[in-house]
Amino acid sequence: MDYILIIIAAVFVSNIVLNQFLGICPFIGVSSKVETAIGMTGAVTFVMVIATLVTYLIYHSVLVPLDIAYMRTITFILVIAALVQLVEIILKKISPPLYQALGIFLPLITTNCAVLGVALLAVQKDFNLLESTVFAFGNALGFGLALITFSGIREQLDLLNVPKRMKGVPIAFIVAGLMALAFMGFTGIV
Amino acid sequence: MNQWKNFSKGLIKENAVFVLILGMCPTLAVTTSAINGMGMGLATTFVLVMSNVVVSLVKNLIPDKVRIPAFIVIIATFVTVVELVMKGYVPTLFDALGLFIPLIVVNCVVLGRAEAFASKNTVWSSLLDGAGMGLGFTMALTILGAVRELLGSGAFFGMKLISGDALLLFILPPGAFLALGYLIVLANMIKEKTA
Repeated sequence: MDYILIIIAAVFVSNIVLNQFLGICPFIGVSSKVETAIGMTGAVTFVMVIATLVTYLIYHSVLVPLDIAYMRTITFILVIAALVQLVEIILKKISPPLYQALGIFLPLITTNCAVLGVALLAVQKDFNLLESTVFAFGNALGFGLALITFSGIREQLDLLNVPKRMKGVPIAFIVAGLMALAFMGFTGIV
Repeated sequence: MNQWKNFSKGLIKENAVFVLILGMCPTLAVTTSAINGMGMGLATTFVLVMSNVVVSLVKNLIPDKVRIPAFIVIIATFVTVVELVMKGYVPTLFDALGLFIPLIVVNCVVLGRAEAFASKNTVWSSLLDGAGMGLGFTMALTILGAVRELLGSGAFFGMKLISGDALLLFILPPGAFLALGYLIVLANMIKEKTA
């Protein structure tokens, strides 16, 4: 039951994009088409879950026993950067079609603050291993929900007659604001 | 390009937030008040200047293939310095900014300047570039923070200007997106006028 609550909280109540402001760059950058948004979501889900798992293990079995928890920022970002490379190499070997689909998004993920943010949050919240993994998965779902819905809206938006100065990024932010407003309706359900 | 241009381009012409649309996560997340925006901006400026200087010092020693991981380590080092210093001297600001202090590591403005400028230019130019970009970023965050604080809690840098309730929405997450969207429109209008 707790695990379901963690997922609901991560997807709806404190949505990683619309409430926590993590991963705004891909949210604005790769949301012009639904198809690319789905690809990005797949890649992020993949990396986010593995990264949270690995950083959790490193934090609790290396950094805490050695009493160097303050090194977590440096360690985590290096782990994520290495992991993204590794995932890319492995995918290329074992599943070329999946690599074709996710390939171009993988390098972008290193600087996606959602991945580092979730890894840091999972450690901060004192979750156990399974809870951390579920938390990462829930946040990835939340990211996907926000990104794919948003890209659907933006595809429609292209057809509309938007005032000249608001075209592109400004109107995207205003749409995101209205979406965030809608997501506030979920406040308090968990 | 002369040195003044290296510094001044980051302030308005290539402003990281309003023109380049970089570093959006901290921009939206911490600007619930002008002072928080300013704190975040100054912390980022410090990291930008220091990492630009170090990157330009070691640019010839780093093999091209591993330059991005090397830059990230340099940046992460200074972020950790900022984290520890802020925790020690300004704990209230540290708590308010929370997760977004360690997340300066993945702020695309910082890595972007290291890669696009510091790895190709002299130490002095890189320092000025970092300072200009950082101050432009600080300025943008302070403006956004001031607007949200003014509308959301009726205050300016913590001074209460109106009594009673204000438009609480602007302190909440949706207000961040709306305020930034309209500020970019405003920036575009000013750019058209001056161009």
